[in-house]
Amino acid sequence: MAEMMAKGEQPDVLFWVGCAGSFDDRAKKITKAFVKILNHLDYKFAVLGAEESCSGDPAKRAGNEFLFQMQAMANIEVMNAYEVKKIVTTCPHCFNTIKNEYPEMGGLYDIMHHTQLLQSLIDEGRLTVEGGAYKGKKITFHDPCYLGRANEVYQAPRTLINNLDAELVEMKRCKSRGFCCGAGGAQMFKEPEKGQKDVNIERTEEALRIQPDFIATGCPFCNTMMTDGIKNKEKEEDVKVLDIAEMIATAKDL
Amino acid sequence: MGISNLIFALCLATASFFFGRNVIKVRQNIMLGRDIDRSDKSRDRWMTMLRVAFGQSKMVVRPVAGFLHILVYVGFVIINIEVLEIVIDGLIGTHRVFSFMGAFYNFLIGSFEILAFLVLLACLLFMIRRNVLHIKRFLMQEMKGWSKLDANLILIFEVVLMSAFLLMQGADLALQGLGADHYVKAGSFPVSSFLLPLFDGMSIEAIVMIERACWWFHILGILAFLNYLPYSKHFHIILAFPNTYYSNLEPKGSFTNMASVKNEVQMMMDPNADPYAAPVEAEDAEAPGRFGAKDVNDLNWVQLMNAYSCTECGRCTSECPANQTGKLLSPRKIMMDTRDRLEEFGAHVSANGKDGDDGKSLLDDYITREELWACTSCNACTQACPINIDPLSIILDMRRYLVMEESAAPTELNMMFTNVENNGAPWQFPAVDRLNWKDEA
Repeated sequence: MAEMMAKGEQPDVLFWVGCAGSFDDRAKKITKAFVKILNHLDYKFAVLGAEESCSGDPAKRAGNEFLFQMQAMANIEVMNAYEVKKIVTTCPHCFNTIKNEYPEMGGLYDIMHHTQLLQSLIDEGRLTVEGGAYKGKKITFHDPCYLGRANEVYQAPRTLINNLDAELVEMKRCKSRGFCCGAGGAQMFKEPEKGQKDVNIERTEEALRIQPDFIATGCPFCNTMMTDGIKNKEKEEDVKVLDIAEMIATAKDL
Repeated sequence: MGISNLIFALCLATASFFFGRNVIKVRQNIMLGRDIDRSDKSRDRWMTMLRVAFGQSKMVVRPVAGFLHILVYVGFVIINIEVLEIVIDGLIGTHRVFSFMGAFYNFLIGSFEILAFLVLLACLLFMIRRNVLHIKRFLMQEMKGWSKLDANLILIFEVVLMSAFLLMQGADLALQGLGADHYVKAGSFPVSSFLLPLFDGMSIEAIVMIERACWWFHILGILAFLNYLPYSKHFHIILAFPNTYYSNLEPKGSFTNMASVKNEVQMMMDPNADPYAAPVEAEDAEAPGRFGAKDVNDLNWVQLMNAYSCTECGRCTSECPANQTGKLLSPRKIMMDTRDRLEEFGAHVSANGKDGDDGKSLLDDYITREELWACTSCNACTQACPINIDPLSIILDMRRYLVMEESAAPTELNMMFTNVENNGAPWQFPAVDRLNWKDEA
């Protein structure tokens, strides 16, 4: 972003990478896949790099409002200084926080989840997707809580899966009744409370019941939880957990 | 006007008085909560109320329970027209005062009978669901004792009231057939006509006795039921309407930004702020409240109204990922605990004044920390609630208290906070490495 600014340029969109997308080895693959698609389309985007900081979502959901607001204000200062108008992110938690909680703090941006941007690019005819490796495969979509129920984005990811010429199969609990992966509310960063089983195992079992070839996700945390669930069930050979951006990038041989 | 009208008027006045008094008490308790502004978007609010409460839109997500509930709900709303007639008859000594409406009246009475029958049937099925079928959400820990009794009492009340109504109608029909004085030929009797054989061979006096007994039993039962409401989860039949009207209209993922924190953070981050400046004291400044919620008076009045509106159906809990995987958390219990504590706290406040401390609190005495930390904030509970109750906001406010007042977050979360503070990420990676992915294969 700083480099573009120095050249007096403005990107069409700021790609908010998020902490998982920046640091987590699995989530970095999603980041790279999404960037490959944007580069392939010569889409003019920028990232904040070292100037990006945690959106504050996990702090807020854990009850640390001070830390959340400090993060929010710092991020808003940076983005307002760069005159950011449009943002896209691969993380539904950052998406939700920036969309719903930043405006009151002075951060007014037009923010999209990456599945929404990809869908709009297909609608515009800029991006064409064919099934490739996914043609005719059984794919189920696990709704991230902070994309689905929290912001009622259910259709964009499903439209993308349909564009892959795949067979979209729904789990029993989907869309507004989708079952959490177990990571939200800062659970990602702590051990679960005592119980009979972990939330991600329950969700993985539900997904396995419909015998999909792929579990599609739209959230780096859901991705981790479902991947762990599949490993726990020793089904890595049969079922792959992939972000929709990764599927599109692979289908296009990027 | 005879002595019976006087007795009736007295019963009506007494019942109204005690009901009114209890409603005021509930209102006072709700007002112990903090203020929150929900006076905006009145059009959207009316629409939400019409759709969710009046239109029962979220009930039908579960078709069986939803359908049965709609029968009872429609029956309740429509049969109240009949109650109006009964009240007028009772006060001025008429019989079937609305019968001048002729064919329309017959249609009304006929539909009341059919509805009464359907309500009766639905309540019996509800009883079977609750007591015979093993439906998990009715058998959980928080549903033992009073909650189970309350649920069954409500159903028994309704079955008895509807039976009395139908028996009264049957006796009336028999009397009309016998040409008894005072019993005008009016109404239609699609259900109670099946009861006619019961009255075969009885004298007019005996049937009048039965008819009057049922009439009194029915209306006194309704007045008693009315007064039972404020002590029962069944209060939802009234509070569902304001509860949906005042419900949160923001996207579910939008959590409030605490204004009290905002001031502090702004000052902290403002390079021009004078750290030694005396705080601006407004004339009407209240003592600063707690961050977050430890007790019911730290919650806002919408959250407290939520607690009184909850009818313990358990849809929230049966969709909660924490509960479904065996954790202690149950969103329904959060609401029930809030209500029970509010009743206790409210009684204490009315006895000892607003500042009275009874040595108890919602946190720890009712809701444990383990429950609070099990929540994934996924909003399944708020989505599932048929009347837009928000258990998640209470959980969050209590977490805020734990973190910001007691620094009592689980250790791993404290580590996460430290990481976010120091290097802007929940993990221990330096910010300069944020762009490393760019050059990795």
